[in-house]
Formats: sequence, structure tokens, C-alpha cells
Amino acid sequence: MKWEIVIGLETHAQLNTRSKMFSGASTAFGAAPNTQACGVDIALPGVLPVANREAVAKAVRFGLAVNGNSPANINRRSIFARKNYFYPDLPKGYQISQYETPIVKGGSVPIVVDGREKTVRLTRAHLEEDAGKSLHEGFHDLTGIDLNRAGTPLLEIVSEPDMRSAQEAVAYAKALHALVRWIDICDGNMQEGSFRCDANVSVRRAGSEKLGTRCEIKNLNSFRFLERAIEIEARRQIEILEDGGKIEQETRLYDADRDETRSMRTKEDAHDYRYFPDPDLLPLEVSDAWVGEIRSSMPELPNMVREKFVSRGIPNYQAGLLTSSREMAEYAEAACTGMKSAVLPDLANWLTGPLSGKLNEEKLEITESRVSPKQLQALEERIDDGTLTNKLAREVFDAMWAGEGDVDAIIAKRGLKQISDSGELERICDQAIAANAQQVADYKGGKDKAFNSLVGQVMKLTKGKANPQQVTEILKRKLSG
Amino acid sequence: MHNSTIKSLAAGLASRAYSSVELTQHFLNRIKGLGEKYHAFITLNPEASLKQARAADSMRSAGRGQPLTGIPIAQKDIFCAKGWLTTCGSRMLSNFTSPYDAHVVERLDAAGAVTLGKTNMDEFAMGSSNETSYYGPVRNPWDVNTVPGGSSGGSAAAVAARLAPGAIGTDTGGSIRQPAALSGICGLKPTYGVVSRYGMVAFASSLDQGGPLARSAEDLALLLNVMAGFDPRDSTSLEREREDYTRELGTRVKGLRIGLPEEFFAKGASPDVVRAVEAAVGEFRKLGCETVEVSLPNMKLSVPVYYVLAPAEASSNLARFDGVRYGYRAPEYTDILDLYKKSRAQGFGQEVKRRILIGTYVLSHGYYDAYYIQAQRVRRLIARDFAEVFKRCDVIMGPTSPTTAFRVGEKMGDPVQMYLNDIYTIPANLAGLPGLSVPCGFDAKGLPVGLQMIGNYFAEAKMLGIAHQFQQATDWHTRMPPGIQ
Repeated sequence: MKWEIVIGLETHAQLNTRSKMFSGASTAFGAAPNTQACGVDIALPGVLPVANREAVAKAVRFGLAVNGNSPANINRRSIFARKNYFYPDLPKGYQISQYETPIVKGGSVPIVVDGREKTVRLTRAHLEEDAGKSLHEGFHDLTGIDLNRAGTPLLEIVSEPDMRSAQEAVAYAKALHALVRWIDICDGNMQEGSFRCDANVSVRRAGSEKLGTRCEIKNLNSFRFLERAIEIEARRQIEILEDGGKIEQETRLYDADRDETRSMRTKEDAHDYRYFPDPDLLPLEVSDAWVGEIRSSMPELPNMVREKFVSRGIPNYQAGLLTSSREMAEYAEAACTGMKSAVLPDLANWLTGPLSGKLNEEKLEITESRVSPKQLQALEERIDDGTLTNKLAREVFDAMWAGEGDVDAIIAKRGLKQISDSGELERICDQAIAANAQQVADYKGGKDKAFNSLVGQVMKLTKGKANPQQVTEILKRKLSG
Repeated sequence: MHNSTIKSLAAGLASRAYSSVELTQHFLNRIKGLGEKYHAFITLNPEASLKQARAADSMRSAGRGQPLTGIPIAQKDIFCAKGWLTTCGSRMLSNFTSPYDAHVVERLDAAGAVTLGKTNMDEFAMGSSNETSYYGPVRNPWDVNTVPGGSSGGSAAAVAARLAPGAIGTDTGGSIRQPAALSGICGLKPTYGVVSRYGMVAFASSLDQGGPLARSAEDLALLLNVMAGFDPRDSTSLEREREDYTRELGTRVKGLRIGLPEEFFAKGASPDVVRAVEAAVGEFRKLGCETVEVSLPNMKLSVPVYYVLAPAEASSNLARFDGVRYGYRAPEYTDILDLYKKSRAQGFGQEVKRRILIGTYVLSHGYYDAYYIQAQRVRRLIARDFAEVFKRCDVIMGPTSPTTAFRVGEKMGDPVQMYLNDIYTIPANLAGLPGLSVPCGFDAKGLPVGLQMIGNYFAEAKMLGIAHQFQQATDWHTRMPPGIQ
């Protein structure tokens, strides 16, 4: 019997504002515990929240970005509500969130999995504040409380249960991750918890319309864990159902060390959060004029940029890679500008291949690339005009990366110019034929492989500088006689 | 000196008849002598008060004196004041020294007013008799066997007993006006949003409003001039142009239309109270006012609506008192849940716990619509009733409280009876309207009766003018409790 996995994600993106959602304290990460928590954050008696305008603007940016820049899905009037529960790192005894009326309703995020395009619909996105942190290590049976994070603005993005595999869920999470960074509302740092996902997972018989009972898996702070947790949770549920059991609706925690999910709390002991509108905050109103202002400051969205790259001849897959971040897209745009379209696919290869490899190797951002778009263009031109073979180009690229200067200077300094002088190549080919009588005989006897060996000999004699097409032509001509 | 109004004390300070240090010391001496008797103060800090008095004297001699510069003002212990114990009348905050100033405290400080001390109050402002205070009940200066009203009972008693020329309080369901009435002084609850709530320990956020208590309408205006004003730290604070609340003190009331809601004079109000209020209304007629019979048909639902909404908000507002970061923590506990339970069980008093339970209940899943949402709907109906009435009259008048001061202990066993004390004051809070109480006579036992005036939004200056005209024609507000010298 076939099973279908149904997944919806709730993603918390920490908004990259300077101050907190409802207080003026700094949001910078990594400060000494409780040094970035003001009276509002530690919930002194009598303090009051004031909504952070910048955080609201960023939520609006998101709303626009997931709706093709149309403001139709931005609620002009949304309501902050209190979610009441006791926890030591929740200073007020309630979290200010949005419940019945969020700032963003609907929208969608396009994803590509195995070359197939798909759209994941969003239910909503709402503003809320983060809690502090409970520190369980190093306090000898006590728990430490760090309230630096308390009050940090979050955008909780809720998807519809539109994903059907762990791969789709990861593709969606990655697309969302790229998007929030693209529109500059979140730094996307998953280690620091700036972007984290909870997954709602259920399974059903293939072909069934009815959703199965879902479990929510918390604590997924990497794409790898997200994928893994969904896979093993789905397997767990399928096993239970195949054994004739029933799935209990519950919240489960993914334990990466043991590679399992385990129950945190069941539906029975779920909190009654007693949501009600926060009387300390008026309804959040965003005017048409302000939304218009924000809209005019929006960058071109990744999908539009990708389509532009595709229309210029760059394959879809690579165009996707080039639009994985705004910085990468800007770099690619700069590298492509002024180049003839015939070389763009090759240029894209350089970006997604050697350049990305170097960046990964040295853990650098594209903005920190040691090779500039201009240098890359010069390299491409030398390949295109036949000065450099691909092999030589790679050597030049590495030299540029190492800081040896521009393309032509490196070619001159290292004497890397491709040999295309036919007289010289004829002479070297003769030399190779004379010295490799066995291979010549083999080739003539029908062993095609022997030909490659002869080309290799020529390359060796020229230290790789021979134009490979010319060598092939000359050798074939000479050996066919 | 202690029987003078703020207005005349300010004149005395301005003319150098006495210094703020002398004035402050005088009141501190009176509090020291009579403090035990009325139990109006929780915390005194003579050193801090006198330091402020010296600064005020310098301000005046430097020519920077303002009306309140050098005037000692008592503060309800619900206002956070930097360096002062701020208990809110609760064991829960019995060890809490505020690290910051409330907006109102900042403003008083900037005006050069002297903090005379922090006054006793019902615990977390929940009460109408000042008997729920962890620090024990306040006594009414008119009869120490009766209550001064609540929750700003300490502030009211201090002003009535001439222990302070003026005080600040808060009013969630009548907590300024009702104690003002029962203690024979004046009190004003401004329009919601006029006085910043920043630094006021929250009881019910959508209803809480700070305001002044004093012995004349004119003094209320002087105090409100300093207390009111936009504060960006309170999202419900209203950004309006600054007003001079004394500007209408001289305005004649001739031609004023006074609305008399039938519901304010129906059964429930004691005959003595009705008699005194009707006499006061008669006085206004003599001054050339018209009276109009009006009705607030949904007013009868005010108390039930209030006892859904206020506890709902309170149950959430008081969740921060968990024994984790500040305030009372139970000495022994086994784990975090136990710490919460014991700290809150021991730190909160009976009435506070009752309201937290009510509030938690009405917000709970399955009850929320029937209670909280329904109460919000009725709240809007009550506000609409007022809007209708204000088409036909300029202000509404009636009793502040159905009875005069009752005996200590008389209603503590019966919360519903206690809650009904606020039947006439709660509607203004629900609608966000300004309400004022001024003394207008006495009952057969010689206990003061309060006349309540409710105006339209932002009608404070006008209401203060009307009250001032009344006080020019009558002398109820100048009467002193027996035994006060």
C-alpha cells in the first residue's frame, strides 16, 4: 500500500531590526546574558510595549514578496494578541503575537524539486516577539535565564500542508530562507536561531483526500535536520498505521543525536493559551500610502531575476543557483552585463562551479569573492577568443583567486598562451607520432582510445597549451594518410 | 498650612512665606503624628522628600518655579518611583524597589513637586474599601471605624486628613472617585489616554487611568496640568495638543444642560446620598443650569461587564509576578512549577486570587466567546448610551457611590455587595469617559457624600470649571473631618 506524506511548515524568521519588537533594547546576538534586556523585556511592573515600526515594515515587505509585489494580502488592520502561559524565560507570562488577524494573509512561494516547479501556498504570516533562553548547563541543578533574546521580533510564516516529501519541505524552507534574505528582513543565520522551522507531518493512503492526524516536530534548525526529522517521523507514522495503530496528535521533538523524534506533549496536556487582544496595544494599522512606499523600495524578486537569466540562455537550474541570494544575483548580473549571450552559459558555469567551490572552501560570502565580476569577464573573453583552453583558464582563475593580478598579466607572466600556430603544432604532432609507434599502430588497427593517448602526448609536450581542437584535426589528418 | 489648598500653598511658596523644606517637614510631622491612626501611607522617605524640597526651593529662587514646585504630593503606591519601594499594596511586591519612574512621576518631578510618600491602597488596586491591602486597611478620617473607599484609599484619606495637600491615584472602576466621595474630597478620572499609564502597575489596561485627588476642583486642574500629556511609551496615550485645565475655572455655568440619568437615582442609592445629590443639582439650577432627564439603559450591565473584562486583563497582567525575576518568592519550593504556585499562593491576597481565577476562567477555551466577547459587545453598547445622552446634555450628574463610607469589615465577606459600590463609577471607565467627584453634603451620621459628574471625551477642563463654580457657591469641599485641627 502506498502512503502519501503531507507536510506543512511553520517558520520563525527573526527580523533583522536594530531594536526589539516592543522595546528599544538591542537585538544584537551574543552579548553577555541579560545585558540586552531592558525594563520592558524583563517585564518590570508598569512597563508597556510599543510596536517597532521597522519590524512592521519588514512584515509588509514579506507580504509583498510572497504575493508578486501586490499589497492585496496585507491586512491594513491587524491585532496583537496575548498568548498566555507560564515559563521562566517568558517574563510577562504571555507572549505578544497575532492570532485572529495577522498582518499577512495568503501568498505563495515557488519551489523547484528535481526540475519540477511547484507552488507552496502560505496560510499567513504574523508578527510576534521571541522568548528568552533557559540555560540548563553549568548551573548545578539550577536553570539560568538569559533574556537578551526576549522581545526579539519574529515573523512566523505558516504554510498550507502543500508539501508531499521531505525534499519538497527542504526546497520550500530553502526558498523561504533565500527570500527573507533577498528582501533583507532576516539574516537567515540558522546556527544563531534566526531562521527555524517546525514541521507538521501527517501521512495518508495515496489517493485519499482526507488529511491524517498530524504531529508537530519542533527544534529543526538546519535543512538537514528538517529533512531527516520528516523522513523518520513519516516512517514512524506509517509503521504505526500499518500495524493497525492510531496516530495521536502531539508535539514531538527531534533529537539529532539519537536521530529520532520523541513526544514533548500530547493534545491532552496542550496549553489553553487564553488568547485575547492585547489591551496595551492599539490595532496595528498600515496605511495604503505607507505600503506603497515600502512597495517602491522592494528589490526585484528572485523569480523575476531567474526568469531574466533563463531568457538570456542560462539553464534553469543554474539560474536558480545564481538567484539563491541577492548578492549572488547581483554578482552574476555584473558578470553577465556587456557579454555576448553565447558565452553566458559558460560564464554561469564558472560562477556555479569554480567560484562557488572556492567560496565554500574558504567559507566566504559572494561579496567577499577574491575574483571580481570584471576579472571573470576578462577570463571568459580569453576563453572565447581562443587564448586560453579550459584547463589554462582554470589555472588563470586559481591565480587570480590567489591575488596574482588580472587575466592578461597572469597569462603573460606564466606564459600560458594557448598554442594555435599551426606550423608549430604540426611539428609537435609529428614528434608525438614518431615517438609513439605502438599507439599509432593501435589506432590504425581500430583502437580509438589510442588516439586520445596521442592527443595527451601532444598536450604533455606543450604543457597543456595546445589548442585541443587543432591538435585533433592535425592528428586525424596525419594518421588518416 | 496643612488646611490650605495647593493653589494657596503655591502662593505662599512664591511669596517666600515659607519654604518647600518647611512645608514638606510640616506634612511629614503630621504624618508621623497621625500615621498610625489612618494608616494612609505604606512608605515614607523623609530624606528623599526633603532633598526634593531643597531642590524645589532652589528652583523657585532661581525664578524657575512652576505652580507645583515645592508642593508635597502623596503618590498611590501603584506608581513606580525610582529608588522607592513600590508595593502596589501587595506582599508580592513588598520587596520591590522600582529602578525607574512612571511617566506621571517624571512629570511631577520635572515640575518640582515633592514626593511626600507612597500611599496605601487595595492590593493591585482591586477593592473598594482599602481592606485588601497587604499592609492593612486605611481608616476614614471622618470616622476611623469606616473605610475610606478604594482602591486609592490611602491617597484619599491622606488628603482628607490634611496629611497631604494633594495626591495622585488610579481609577479602573472608580478607584479615584469612590474614595474621594467617601473621604469628602475631590477626585478626577480623566478621559482614557490623557494620562500615560507608563509606570503604573497594570490592573486592567483598557480601563486604568491615573488622576489627581485634592480638596478643590482648582487643585485638581493644577495637578492634571502636570500629570496629563502624550507619552510615546504608552501606545494608548493620546497625542493631543497640551491643554491648560484651569482655563475654564472662571466660566459661568448659566445655560449648562445637566443630564440626570434615571438609573443613577433608582433604588440602590441610599436616601441620604440621593438627598445630598439632589440638593447639589438644585444648587446648579440656582446657578442657571437646566436639567434633563436621561437614560443609560445598558448601565445596569456595567458591573457584570466590568467583572468579566477587568479580571480577564488582570489575570494576564499579573502573570509577570511569578517569583522568578523580582518580587516575592516562596522560601521553599521543589521545582519551577512549585515555585510559581507557592510564590503566587503566598504573595497574592484573597481578592487578587479571586479575580485572577475569574479572569482565567472567562478567557478559557470554550468560555471566551460567552464571556469576554459578549462583555466587549455590551461595553460598546454602554459607550453608545453615553454618546446618545451627550446629544441632549453637556454633563451627567449623579451620586459617585450608592452609600457613604461603610464600616471596616462590613462588606469583606460579600464580594458582590462590595462590587456594587462601583455601580455608578464603572460606566465611565467602560466608556473611557472623564469622571469627577466633589463633596456635596453629608449623611445623617455626618459622613460625606460625593457628587459625580461625567463629561464627554476630553471635557476635563469644562468639568473642572463646572465643579469650581459649584465650589464658589458652596463650602462642602472646605469641611474638615472631626478632630482635625
